[in-house]
Amino acid sequence: MVSQVLSTVLTVLAGVAAALVVYWVLNKLAEALPGPWENRIKPYFYVAPAVAAIGVYLVYPTIITVINSFKNSDGSRFVGVENFVKLLQTPAFRQTLLNTLLWIAIVPAACIVVGLFVATLADRLSFRAEKAAKTIIFMPMAISAVGSATVWRFMYAAQPAGQPQTGLLNGIVTAFGHDPVPWLQQSTLHSNSLLLMVMLLWGQAGFAMVLLSAAIKGVPAETLEAARLDGAGEMRIFWRVILPQIRGTVITVFVTVLITVMKVFDVIYVTTNGAFNTNVVGLEFFNQLYTNYNYGYASAIVVMLLIAIVPIMIYQIRHFRAEEPA
Amino acid sequence: MTTQTTGTITPAASRRFRPARRGAQASPGRSGRRSPLPVKLSVLFVCALWIVPTLGVVITSFRTVDAANSSGWWSLLAHPGGLADLTTGNYSKAIEQADLGSAFFNSVAITLPAVFVPLLIAAFAAYAFTFMRFKGRDALFIVIVSLLVVPNYVAFVPIIKLYSDVNLNGTFPAAWLAHIGFGMSLAVYILRNYMATLPKDVVESAKIDGASHFQTFYRLILPMSAPALASFAIFQFLWVWNDLLVALVFVGPGDKQPITIATNNLFGQQGTGWELVTAGGLFSMLVPILVFLTLQRYFVRGLTSGAVKG
Repeated sequence: MVSQVLSTVLTVLAGVAAALVVYWVLNKLAEALPGPWENRIKPYFYVAPAVAAIGVYLVYPTIITVINSFKNSDGSRFVGVENFVKLLQTPAFRQTLLNTLLWIAIVPAACIVVGLFVATLADRLSFRAEKAAKTIIFMPMAISAVGSATVWRFMYAAQPAGQPQTGLLNGIVTAFGHDPVPWLQQSTLHSNSLLLMVMLLWGQAGFAMVLLSAAIKGVPAETLEAARLDGAGEMRIFWRVILPQIRGTVITVFVTVLITVMKVFDVIYVTTNGAFNTNVVGLEFFNQLYTNYNYGYASAIVVMLLIAIVPIMIYQIRHFRAEEPA
Repeated sequence: MTTQTTGTITPAASRRFRPARRGAQASPGRSGRRSPLPVKLSVLFVCALWIVPTLGVVITSFRTVDAANSSGWWSLLAHPGGLADLTTGNYSKAIEQADLGSAFFNSVAITLPAVFVPLLIAAFAAYAFTFMRFKGRDALFIVIVSLLVVPNYVAFVPIIKLYSDVNLNGTFPAAWLAHIGFGMSLAVYILRNYMATLPKDVVESAKIDGASHFQTFYRLILPMSAPALASFAIFQFLWVWNDLLVALVFVGPGDKQPITIATNNLFGQQGTGWELVTAGGLFSMLVPILVFLTLQRYFVRGLTSGAVKG
């Protein structure tokens, strides 16, 4: 154990020191260059490691993945669009897509609703009560999916009828004299997917709340006072005065959660692993990669994801350009 | 929690939220009114909903196997007599049996370099993007902005193949490098946006005093960027520590596995009692929650200044 701690500390120090040395050497190299060249080259030295990291881990793989998506399962020959066609023809994959669409339709909106609800109401509490409430809602964000699966077991667990229940939901159901329900196996109307969505909502709502709360506090008090003087009720003020002014933040939160949801993987991996019709695209990608070793399918799934993300990317760049002072 | 994203960020955020630093009086709810009871009750209700699940796992982790199997955890709230039977035995058992201790240190060994190295690399790049002039600077930065939303899934197949060529799969550096690569665009983005708000004349006067870029960066800009560095560090820390996917793909189960994989393995084993799963699960949450609670201020500041990792 001691040696493990020591080696941990040493690797951390060595890593950081190595990075520093690289820059020091690059800097010296640049300074050794004659006059104008020094200042011309130095910026490139400074950005090179970061650009290299992004190039190796995002740009190069994206190109390879797009190429792989047109190749067969082990990447030995080109098969055209066969991967896409076959995937989309499989009923199971269509269900997976449908589930993912359900996640996309429900979770981001639900996060906004819960986040707005708590942010608006907590804003009316005393300072300390507001802080406490926000910490409680926000804290699950620090909990991993594995941790949250542990937590939610004690809500969703089902024991055979007659035995003591360990999950709270079934504790309530049996207390009313009904039989326990194996919640995560109930695929009628995707109710088990909904329960898994609750787990993600539990983790993400705090994030939405923090951003929305900051935005609400930024709404100019004069506009609110004016509305109050005109006799508007609190509900009306929320819908007509506050909401329009925090629209930008609502969109930011929505898009961020949307991307998280499009790629959701671990919540489902650690609970049902896609059984009982809870599969989603992120998990299907992982299973094609690790269970079926079908690189063609796995790549095709990522490419579909990429295509879905392109509009968000365009939005992102436009937004950046608009905000950047020329 | 479930974050493998390279997230989306609205650059607008930083500017948009700056007016929020006004007094509490500016807040819509605080126009000298006392909070009405329904408001208090609603907030209390949501908070209760958020806490109850966690309560279940915390209570169960301290109960004996027999107690956990014979009644629901909530029964303890109704019959506080059972409090006397609580034990910390589950924790020591989980740490020994599931080898969580070793997995814990693996997590530390994976996380720390994966947090600090990208911070340094990104800080240099952000400095150049903010304070140096060079050809292609703006175009390059736009590319980085657009890559923020690219899912890291794209990297898995190509990088596994790359790693197997150099025998890197299943090692710590495999995970470090992957996290450095996946976190880089966000890090550069956050730091550059922050540095852009620093006064430019600081750098100018340092230049006049004969300081090199390296000195200016190291002595001036780095210390001044502390808040942004802190908020990215917390993001990256939570992300890497809680990560399951990257660890599964590049490190895998075994003697190098981080705590997320070790805890997840506890679920899968037949005959693992509730008591070990709960103690293991809580043990794995301990560090991120502590980090989160102590550094929450920076975290919130990072979020509200547009540092959003999906």
